[in-house]
Amino acid sequence: MSFEMDREALKPLIEALIFAADRPISIEKLMNILEGEGREDVRASIAELMKEYNETNRGIVISEVAGGYQMRTRPEFVQWLRRLFNFRFSRLSKAAMEALAIVAYKQPLTRVELEDIRGVDCGGVLRTLLEKSLIKVIGRKDLPGRPSVYGTTREFLEAFDLKNLSYLPDLRDIEESESDAVREATEDYRQSRNNLEEEGGGADPAGQGNGEQGCGDPTGSKDRS
Amino acid sequence: MDYKVKLEIFEGPMDLLLHLIKRNEVDIYDIPIATITEQYLEYIELIKSLNLDIAGEFLLMAATLIHIKSKMLLPLNEEPEEAEDEGDPREELIKRLIEYKKYKDGAIQLAGRRLLGRDVFIRGIVPTDEIEGEGGLVDLSVFDLIEALREVLEKAPSDISLNLSAEKFTVIDKINRLMEVLRDIKNATFNSLFSNDTTKGEIVVTFLAILELVKMKMIRIYQSEDVGIRIYMPDKPEDEVDSSTTTKPEEHG
Repeated sequence: MSFEMDREALKPLIEALIFAADRPISIEKLMNILEGEGREDVRASIAELMKEYNETNRGIVISEVAGGYQMRTRPEFVQWLRRLFNFRFSRLSKAAMEALAIVAYKQPLTRVELEDIRGVDCGGVLRTLLEKSLIKVIGRKDLPGRPSVYGTTREFLEAFDLKNLSYLPDLRDIEESESDAVREATEDYRQSRNNLEEEGGGADPAGQGNGEQGCGDPTGSKDRS
Repeated sequence: MDYKVKLEIFEGPMDLLLHLIKRNEVDIYDIPIATITEQYLEYIELIKSLNLDIAGEFLLMAATLIHIKSKMLLPLNEEPEEAEDEGDPREELIKRLIEYKKYKDGAIQLAGRRLLGRDVFIRGIVPTDEIEGEGGLVDLSVFDLIEALREVLEKAPSDISLNLSAEKFTVIDKINRLMEVLRDIKNATFNSLFSNDTTKGEIVVTFLAILELVKMKMIRIYQSEDVGIRIYMPDKPEDEVDSSTTTKPEEHG
């Protein structure tokens, strides 16, 4: 059918489609199914539907995730839902989680590049992440051996509640301060070496740094988290 | 009997360094290289004495640390220009550590989001109750475990020597014994697995058994604020009848 429906007719239809879809459904896909409906109408209907779901007393919300829309349970009900599944949920080991974070933030990257950062063999975790479809091979690098290059998947976005990769949480602004701090520390080191030569003493180089990443107080009076 | 558990399946030398930096509460931008190197080497020795198979990367890092330390101690009558060019010998290592730490923190941030299948659910989801990936450690490092082991070892009655081959218990025996204990009590603190008069040899064998079980993902290990490390053996799926009839230990997110 290609006649236009009004918003009130569109909403329940979109609701049914979002419910039945086995993964987050995009506006494009919806428009495809709803042939003839304009993008703006579809978008506005979704917005109204989301408002109804998210702002009224329901157990389900409509989330925007992985480039589409999906019905998900309200986070407040997590403990009951876990009982529903007998407290079963799969989780990633620390090593797998860290490897995944590196792939997510640095993609595209090769196994060797990943291992350079982690400092340890990553064959096992890569296999796991591939099996779970959290990462995939997105190409090959033009180097001897044509190594595989990895990136994250839509499933990754779905699993971690991300609309798209630009929604990855910021890495604590270390990026900006990092090079400054290292440069500062190096400057201080050279400075104190010069001072030592002048004084002829034997004190340790001072080295300031901005201490953001350090656990702080070397006298040990801070709490360890 | 020569029993070796591979350590690198868990973590690498960078993780150990970050662990030491955190434990010493020192500034990552200004690592006291002598102290850290000393502790790092002590750790390597302890790990070797536990009969854990240590990856080459750990030894490579040991060599790197020793090299950096020696450069820091170079005599001061060096040409000033040379000193300028060299810069801080720790710089390269610090950069690598900072970068790695950045992503480790990123991993923690990601893991703290509303995860599908753990915090929010969709229609038709079937959670599997698995730890995906290397070993059964979710929120603590194998070095935290080794720390806990050191503490237990320190309190133990001194043996003449730490001779594992003379041990009455084999690791296999201990694995079976541990599984029996955990089947009964489900959830135990790490310390409760050792009594006051357990010999050092037996402590080490118990520890190797724990590591092996963690590797096989037969047990889960958690960090608990009050009592430290807890060990928990998940039930078999067939045992589940009705969730309201079973009590569960608190799960970490």
